[in-house]
Amino acid sequence: MKLMLKTTVSLGVLCLTAGAAFADCGIEGAGSVRILSNDFEALRLVNTTAEECATDGVTVTANANAEHKNLQVPALSINPAEYTVAVVANNSIVPLLNDDLIRPLDDLVAKYGASLQPNQLIKIDGKTMAVAFMGNAQHLFYRKDILDQAGLAEPKSYEDILAAAKAIKDAGIMEYPVAASVKPGWDLAAEFVNAYLGTGAEFFAPGSAELAIDNENGLKVLETMRALTAYMDPDYLTFDANSIKAEYEAGNTAMMVEWGSLAGATIDDEGAAEGVVENTVLAAAPTIGGGSIPAVALWWDGFTIAKNISDEDAAASFQAMVHGISPEMVAANPAVATWLVAGYEPGPAAVGVIATANAGARAYPMQPYMGLLHTALSSELAEFMAGTEDAAQALADVKAAYDTAAKEGGYL
Amino acid sequence: MPHKTFFAFILPSLIAMVLFIALPIVSVVVQSLHVEHPRVLVEVENCQPFGGCTKEVRVDTAAMQQLEQEQPMGQFNGLGTYLNRGHLAVNEIGAILSSNAGFGDVVSRIYNLPFYKALSFTLVFCFVVTPLAMALGFVIALAVNAVPKAIKGPVIFFSLLPMIITPLVGSLILYWMIQSNGIIGASLQNLFNDPTLSLRASPVLTWASLLFYGVWSNAPFSFVVFYAGLQTVPGDTLESAMIDGASRWERIRYVIIPHLMPLATFVALVQLMDNFRVFEPIVGFSAEANATSLSWMIFNDLSGDAQLFGSAGATSVLTIIGVIILLTPVLIRTWREFNHKVV
Repeated sequence: MKLMLKTTVSLGVLCLTAGAAFADCGIEGAGSVRILSNDFEALRLVNTTAEECATDGVTVTANANAEHKNLQVPALSINPAEYTVAVVANNSIVPLLNDDLIRPLDDLVAKYGASLQPNQLIKIDGKTMAVAFMGNAQHLFYRKDILDQAGLAEPKSYEDILAAAKAIKDAGIMEYPVAASVKPGWDLAAEFVNAYLGTGAEFFAPGSAELAIDNENGLKVLETMRALTAYMDPDYLTFDANSIKAEYEAGNTAMMVEWGSLAGATIDDEGAAEGVVENTVLAAAPTIGGGSIPAVALWWDGFTIAKNISDEDAAASFQAMVHGISPEMVAANPAVATWLVAGYEPGPAAVGVIATANAGARAYPMQPYMGLLHTALSSELAEFMAGTEDAAQALADVKAAYDTAAKEGGYL
Repeated sequence: MPHKTFFAFILPSLIAMVLFIALPIVSVVVQSLHVEHPRVLVEVENCQPFGGCTKEVRVDTAAMQQLEQEQPMGQFNGLGTYLNRGHLAVNEIGAILSSNAGFGDVVSRIYNLPFYKALSFTLVFCFVVTPLAMALGFVIALAVNAVPKAIKGPVIFFSLLPMIITPLVGSLILYWMIQSNGIIGASLQNLFNDPTLSLRASPVLTWASLLFYGVWSNAPFSFVVFYAGLQTVPGDTLESAMIDGASRWERIRYVIIPHLMPLATFVALVQLMDNFRVFEPIVGFSAEANATSLSWMIFNDLSGDAQLFGSAGATSVLTIIGVIILLTPVLIRTWREFNHKVV
């Protein structure tokens, strides 16, 4: 009992001092801040930093939830909205824009956004709709020791990766030198989108929802994706981004295109087999088919403010989020993400994402019907990847599934 | 019981059933007949941290708002959603039947359509798992009935475990065991001396693992019902059968099974209905590449970056129709038996 009392008291003191250190983020007036975000380390950090703004008049709550995409539209449709802040990315902002659920932020940026940089503002039709604070992309992770052993240089393209994989396998160094997150569903579709962006082609006919991937670029992408599977663990169709990270850390694979946001956790000293961490090199994502564009999508994560809330809550929410992504928070946590905030000094885990962005990778498309294409790709490419269907049939299936969904969605 | 009393008695549950079962089904049916309004698209300037400003298409929300206020349900589409490629695929089937290269081609092309692919696995799961799980449950019930009283409690508890474990957790456990570094996966590789053997890679082995999981998780329900039924088998009949020199097998065949038959009908009814809605093992086994079910299709329509409520509604209604078709023979049989008894 005495011990418990002591613990409680010391915890209380700790909270008090922590509160005292950060209590002043200078929110004018009162209001309620309710944040909905995806669930990973960087966003949890932003949320807890924003929660420091809680005062007598201002309440701050945060829900970091992997199901945020399914929650956000219904939660922001009601009036008043369940959440005042929705943390989104290139793809998840689209449903909010389509249903007109978020408000323009220009007046709030002018009033409270002194610490923001111009390139953080996501502008649509001249109006700021979101404030981005971190970037993310998939990029190449490779094992320098394995490639050296096979006498290979750093792979710059998927063609290099295929050649390197063959050399490593033929030399008997590794059975499955390549890993990719090709689990049917969101991951598999993202792999296709990545590689297709690298060809430089567009997904849709200009200005319409007409699908335009049924061409030699689409075939090239599928051929490359399938060729890589020859060097993957036979269970590749059940591997998502977290599974390939585990395979890589276990030392079972030499090359993978993996999320930059998982780089920190891969090269830390936890969970990896001996020799993996010190030999890991993070490099720009590979190009495809002789092109010069890295074959991955660039992503940003940012915050939006709900439309169906009072102006007072919106002002409080904006200020709390600006505090959440403040340069001070970023300076204290440079290794957690590739921040887009002023004064960010990239750490060792961010070099892959930065190299990919500098090499001119394209952003994940924000067309209102891109989500329908992503869903169509996610289920229709599975048979092709399993090897029971040819590329032309797979593309025809994707087009048929997309057309059906787009008609139902009112886009065609 | 007078009709009035009877009615007053069941009124609360009737209201609950209308509110929580009938009305939602009606709303799903109405939803399935509608699709979204045609979207008004405009091209606007779009600026973001990467790639600067580009012209991109957006939905004109102001123009859409008026349309949505006039018709909040969306655009009436009749049976259009039911007949499109994502569901019954009438046009596609017609095209396949009118030009094809033989029976094999027809089957493989129809199997390529998402609804029929899902339906095939759903039906196979129903008709393989239901009888096998019932047989296994019956055997467990007979075995448990024969063990000494002292250990009966623990044995019953362990037999019920597959039913107690949440289906998703149960399937994940088995999924991890069949991985190439899991206990079952590694043993099989050893047994067949084939280091590339993977239960997760080939469609046939994936189906086999899913069916195995289905039998494992469904058997306890049959076991519980049959075990309860075994307690009601008349001792006199069994004794007289023994005096007549019937062996244990003959007693099971000619006394116990006929006695449990009405129960078997009930179990079959419930199990068929349950198995037609197979969903968790597909997610748990990450089997989407090789096996999908109708429930998985609904889940797929409602999750992800874009949600298709009309499509999900249509699949739900087709699932309900499927359950009704499946249960009709069993229901007719029950109805006949019931009438027979009354007469």
